[in-house]
Amino acid sequence: MPLLTVNKLRTSFHTRAGVVRAVQDVSFEIARGETLGIVGESGSGKSVTCYSIMGLLPQPPGRIEGGQAIFDGVDLLALSHRELNKYRGLRISMIFQDPMTSLNPYLRIEQQLIEPLLIHEKMDRPAARRRAVEMLADVGITDPVHRLRMYPHEFSGGMRQRVMIAMALITKPDLLIADEPTTALDVTVQAQILDLMKKMRQELGMAILLISHDLGVVSGFCDRVMVMYAGRVMESARTPELFYETKHPYTRALQKSIPALQVKGQELYTIAGAPPDLLRPLPGCPFAPRCGYVVDYCAREEVAALEVAPAHCSACLRVQKEKMPL
Amino acid sequence: MPAPTLEPGAPIDGDKSASFWQDAWHRLWQNKLALFGLIVVTTLSLLCFLAPVLCAHVLGFSYEEQNLALGPVSPNRTHWLGTDPLGRDLLARLLYGGRISLMLGMCATAVSLVIGVTYGAVSGFVGGKTDMVLMRMVDILYALPFTIFVVLLTVFFGQNIILLFVAIGAVQWLTMARIVRGQVMAIKQQEFIEAARALGLRRRRILFRHILPNLLGPIIVYATLTVPEVMLLEAFLSFLGLGVQAPHSSWGVLIKEGAEVMEEYPWLLTYPAAAMALTLFSLNFLGDGLRDALDVHGSKD
Repeated sequence: MPLLTVNKLRTSFHTRAGVVRAVQDVSFEIARGETLGIVGESGSGKSVTCYSIMGLLPQPPGRIEGGQAIFDGVDLLALSHRELNKYRGLRISMIFQDPMTSLNPYLRIEQQLIEPLLIHEKMDRPAARRRAVEMLADVGITDPVHRLRMYPHEFSGGMRQRVMIAMALITKPDLLIADEPTTALDVTVQAQILDLMKKMRQELGMAILLISHDLGVVSGFCDRVMVMYAGRVMESARTPELFYETKHPYTRALQKSIPALQVKGQELYTIAGAPPDLLRPLPGCPFAPRCGYVVDYCAREEVAALEVAPAHCSACLRVQKEKMPL
Repeated sequence: MPAPTLEPGAPIDGDKSASFWQDAWHRLWQNKLALFGLIVVTTLSLLCFLAPVLCAHVLGFSYEEQNLALGPVSPNRTHWLGTDPLGRDLLARLLYGGRISLMLGMCATAVSLVIGVTYGAVSGFVGGKTDMVLMRMVDILYALPFTIFVVLLTVFFGQNIILLFVAIGAVQWLTMARIVRGQVMAIKQQEFIEAARALGLRRRRILFRHILPNLLGPIIVYATLTVPEVMLLEAFLSFLGLGVQAPHSSWGVLIKEGAEVMEEYPWLLTYPAAAMALTLFSLNFLGDGLRDALDVHGSKD
């Protein structure tokens, strides 16, 4: 049985301008110890998916219209806040994008770090402090006893993200949701943080849901990858298959857009056009207006990610119908 | 002299981890005006607090001891600040009056602090319809003519001066509630609150342990501004004859009595007015200094 099964999740935002369908019928699974990457451009619904699962969606305007998120046999979406709090921070943890704003500037690192232990595991302070020292040392912070007494402003960005990771992992969760954990960091620190996450994954054996818009990060880190566009799943497959046997034109276009892989001196490849306005209902494939392989029925027929090869789902109608090679 | 060597892993700033309060204190220390305010306020409070001891052993006069034969005399070696028309020593009355003025200022501020912070924090944190209802209630209270309201309260609580000022504090919380609400709304959008929710913390814990510490700066500043405000209000009420009743005195009462005879006996007005002005200035300077000192973003220097 998978650790987390998300089934036809639908999330919308009810704004004054209308209903924004941010996530539409997203389904995926994560097995124990597996790493799943979700990629997509800004506004593709990857963060909203995770926020919905974690119950962090601001409601209103956000609303979960349907679907299930079954974690270890329990539907997280059906739980009350109080019941959900038994999972959040204990069995499911989350790391946020910007380490500069994710730590409370007025509280010592110690207090923020041991809070999950005090609350969830009812640990006493000295024991929690010992665990915090171990954890800080584990995430590569030197002189942890001393650092514990400091405030966030005395740490650099990379160090703060290490503290965030320590905070998320201190209860040894089964699932870690990382929402673009390296986006706000510079490249060297990015690599360090990814290495650290790999090391912690090995030590604790937890499953990771990594959200990113960086295909490079995802390819080196994840077992499986899911590509999202306009709130829908476009393609999902094991990492090597997704990159070498791509089954969706959008994924192909994303790969072609990586600057490092393009010929130097020429104009860089970009996907023409802009993502669709999610306020309006989209008939057919949301990528159709920007797709190089578009045919007449693309804009008419409903799309859904279906298995087109073993353990490889694609939402492209032409791939599904014609076995179109890409 | 050998060049200092940097050991790997050694904390760069020596072995001193500046705590938030040490840091704030350091910044307050740099601000001479605020420091001046702090010293003046502390000294005055101490003097007023020790008024019974000082009057009995140093001055040798009590605040209610009349000497009709003496009458009003200007400052001299026996009566350092002179006496009033009843022959009472002005310094003794000033010290005793300060006791009441300062205590009332603190009392009313404490009451307004507790009500205002709780009300505003809950309103801002819960948001939505609750927030709207709570804030409209504040608006309605704001719309009441404050002076008349206080005069009414005086009629009810007139006999017990402490109760009166608790009542004034209970009206003074409106601005505090608005300030706190606004700040809470801004801070609850921050990512670290989202992180706290992701850690599975209860809402109450998030509000009181994670959001409120961030409001320390504005709250303390506004509190230091409320103290003089209440003291002025007391002076105003005493001026109208609604405040502290004889033989007790407060700075407001002394100023009022001094003003009545200021052409004949100017010292009866100047000294109480000076004490009042000095305190108000000092509290304002201190408030400004505390705001800068408690701003965590100022710590980057």
